[in-house]
Amino acid sequence: MLYAILFGLLMAAVAPLLHRLLGRWVAVPMVLAPLLLLGLYFSFMPEVLQGHAVVQRHTWVPELDINLQFRLDGLSLLFALLISFFGALVMFYASGYLEGDPLLGRFYLFLTLFMTSMLGLVTSDNIFGLFVFWELTSISSYLLIGYKQAEKEARVAAWQALLVTGLGGLALMAGLILLSVAGDSYTFSGLLERRPEVLEHPFYLPAVVLVLLGCFTKSAQFPFHFWLPNAMAAPTPVSAYLHSATMVKAGIYLLARLSPVLSGPDVWHVSLMTAGGITAVLGAVLALQHTDLKAILAYTTISALGLLVTMLGIGTDEAMKAMLVFLLAHALYKGTLFLVAGGIDHRTGTRDLNRLFSLGKHMRYSGTAATLAALSMAGVIPFLGFVGKELLYEASLENYLLLGICLVTGVAFVAVALIMGYRIFWHKGEEKTQVHPHAHFRLYFPPLVLAFGGLLLGLLVNSQALPLLQQGVRTITADPSLELKLSLWHGFTPVLGLSILTLLLGLALYLALPWLGQRAAVLQPLYRVGPDAAYHKLFELFLHGSKSFILWLQDGHLRSYVMYIMFFFCGLLLFILWRDTPGIDFNDRIYQLQEVRLYELVVLFLVISALVYLLGTRSRLTSIVVMGLIGYSSALFYILFGAPDVAATQFLIETLTVVIFVLLLHKLPAFIYLSHQFMKYKFIAISVVFGALMTYVMLLVQQQAIPSQLKEYYGKVSYLEAHGRNIVNVILVDFRGLDTLGEITVLAVAALGIFSLLRLNPEKGGKP
Amino acid sequence: METLLPLMVGTLFAAGLYFILHRHLFKVILGLILFGLATNLFLFVIGGLTRGGSAIINEEQTVAVEPYADPVPQALLLTAIVIGFGIQAFSIVLIRRVYMTFKSNNLDELQKENEAQ
Repeated sequence: MLYAILFGLLMAAVAPLLHRLLGRWVAVPMVLAPLLLLGLYFSFMPEVLQGHAVVQRHTWVPELDINLQFRLDGLSLLFALLISFFGALVMFYASGYLEGDPLLGRFYLFLTLFMTSMLGLVTSDNIFGLFVFWELTSISSYLLIGYKQAEKEARVAAWQALLVTGLGGLALMAGLILLSVAGDSYTFSGLLERRPEVLEHPFYLPAVVLVLLGCFTKSAQFPFHFWLPNAMAAPTPVSAYLHSATMVKAGIYLLARLSPVLSGPDVWHVSLMTAGGITAVLGAVLALQHTDLKAILAYTTISALGLLVTMLGIGTDEAMKAMLVFLLAHALYKGTLFLVAGGIDHRTGTRDLNRLFSLGKHMRYSGTAATLAALSMAGVIPFLGFVGKELLYEASLENYLLLGICLVTGVAFVAVALIMGYRIFWHKGEEKTQVHPHAHFRLYFPPLVLAFGGLLLGLLVNSQALPLLQQGVRTITADPSLELKLSLWHGFTPVLGLSILTLLLGLALYLALPWLGQRAAVLQPLYRVGPDAAYHKLFELFLHGSKSFILWLQDGHLRSYVMYIMFFFCGLLLFILWRDTPGIDFNDRIYQLQEVRLYELVVLFLVISALVYLLGTRSRLTSIVVMGLIGYSSALFYILFGAPDVAATQFLIETLTVVIFVLLLHKLPAFIYLSHQFMKYKFIAISVVFGALMTYVMLLVQQQAIPSQLKEYYGKVSYLEAHGRNIVNVILVDFRGLDTLGEITVLAVAALGIFSLLRLNPEKGGKP
Repeated sequence: METLLPLMVGTLFAAGLYFILHRHLFKVILGLILFGLATNLFLFVIGGLTRGGSAIINEEQTVAVEPYADPVPQALLLTAIVIGFGIQAFSIVLIRRVYMTFKSNNLDELQKENEAQ
């Protein structure tokens, strides 16, 4: 499976090159690649159907438990087949949709990258592996939404999707790490085995909250649903593939994957049902208020995702069955409808519902596909959507609230299905829509395949779809003996009654839509306080806040910067000292004071009095002389404590500094006091604190001196190996000779700088 | 002396920082030099003080005999002092140039002039 991922990445990387070489024929290899992957995943089918998981391990960073562990069980295989099958169709469709686009190669790069990372996501067993692929899908989604980079709308939507799903991804990362700490395992299969420990661990609650945050942002659950409709700025194949069939289902996948580990406590079920229920109803209501085909489909997708999450929240075996069947049905019909909408856009140049009439005459194949898909969406027998809907009702029969949610969404779906499958294609309108006459095989073939897929799976639900779905359900419920029975006809049950009621109510709603549409304007003010508006507010606030913060922090004054550095440094030091509280042994110190020699005291006194004088003086010449005095005094200390070389250097340097100063004195500014009185006290305070801290640190270090092995080493080898008696010199020119070379280079650069500054002559054209 | 030297170095640090925080160019240079001096002494004191015994091997011996000063901080110091001088010399010349060009000794005014341009 690693090779499948690597192959996908390779294909993504060479896509632009292939586009340059093959021109429009680039579609051939790009369609063949997902088909090849589809075949590969099919080859695992027999093993998975027997109930075994295909496991492959590749160590990556074993020290951190970051490994590429792949595991293909029923759930993973179902998703992997869906992803690669859809991938092939969408690649094919895109070659028609984006025909002649100069950036087609780049589009294929992004799309293949997405497909590969999605495949990695659903097959990865290691949590870090899953996270890497999870983020890769977010990034490729960002690139695909912003594909029409010239349009501001697309850029804003891409940025929004990346921020929302990216932040969710970070939360997910934290949640997964907490989970792995709680269960002491970095794989999902390992976590499953240690379920009791995970459930009782104090990290359980924070982990669940963080994981849910990640899944809800990815799967566009309330209140993070707002990015999905905006993401419709992407080209239609992308909307069909990422934002309907696969990527937004990554969150569902992860919830299903973790469900056997985390379900049980109320917090899991209640939060899933609440978020899912709100999302389902909200999406259904919002879908009916739009006239843009893609917006309608986006909101019904949100609604469907909400239903899936609700089912996961219910968590019974029935609900899991319903979830998986509905997921498959939804992917098939919603993908079809998106692709048809793209085809309509391509042929008529509009996606506005009120301008599209009787397209069926000109777009017979697309119309057929749309109608078939719509029938499945409405839940009409014998489509897969019908089976899904029946199961949904069955799973929520016991709770009236859940039943209500299913009913409301079901009714809205029927109404939308009537719009998509009947109104725009077959309804006789008062005006005719201009349709581009040329029908495009590549634009109507993929949706037809998908639509017939929905019909076939519905008809053959007993034999064909069952085994894999059964394995999938077994994975989610962690019950290897669970039997999944699907059939089209259940007899006259309450559920069938509900299905018929849904259809009737949906028809009524469809007929009432024009009337409702006139009254929907009342709701407009609500949108201004929705999460989308909140997002933009927050975004602006953040930008504005960081701007003013930076302006406050970086005011362009050297002293402010120095002050911030010192504040931070002193604060950190004080914190460490306070935390570790290592005291200084003062008794020992006082004893040491007795060893002080008189001449040392004299030099010390010299330095301190010179400093005091320096602080008070107003003459530049005096201060230069005093500086020299301080420098010479410190050189004396070097002599007294066994460092004659250092002292010699210090004497030389100090002399040179004074000479330079005096030479340039007449060209240096005069001495006046510039700062305010208040600032002066502030400066004094921070300086004194800093000086005191440094003293304290030195005393501490002296107290806990670490014996240096280097001293001993150099003492032994400097004559025997380097033939020099002055150890310091030997170190400088021999052991650390390269450092000295670096030092000389620095001096040379400084000399060059000084030379050019002195020679620079503004009057003769040199710029200051 | 191990106790008194840290006090002195601390005072040097404080004075150096105090001068650096000024907006007068000349004082900033003085502060830089003082700060450099303090840092060098800081390294020296932390490396351990040894009275007398410099890090030189006598004629009669082939290895150094205790007590002798730790040569490693000294080697570091030598480098630090020389590089510090490079910085000092460069900053003195730089400030002379700035003063000649802008006719100002005030860091803040330089900024304003920059913004005006």
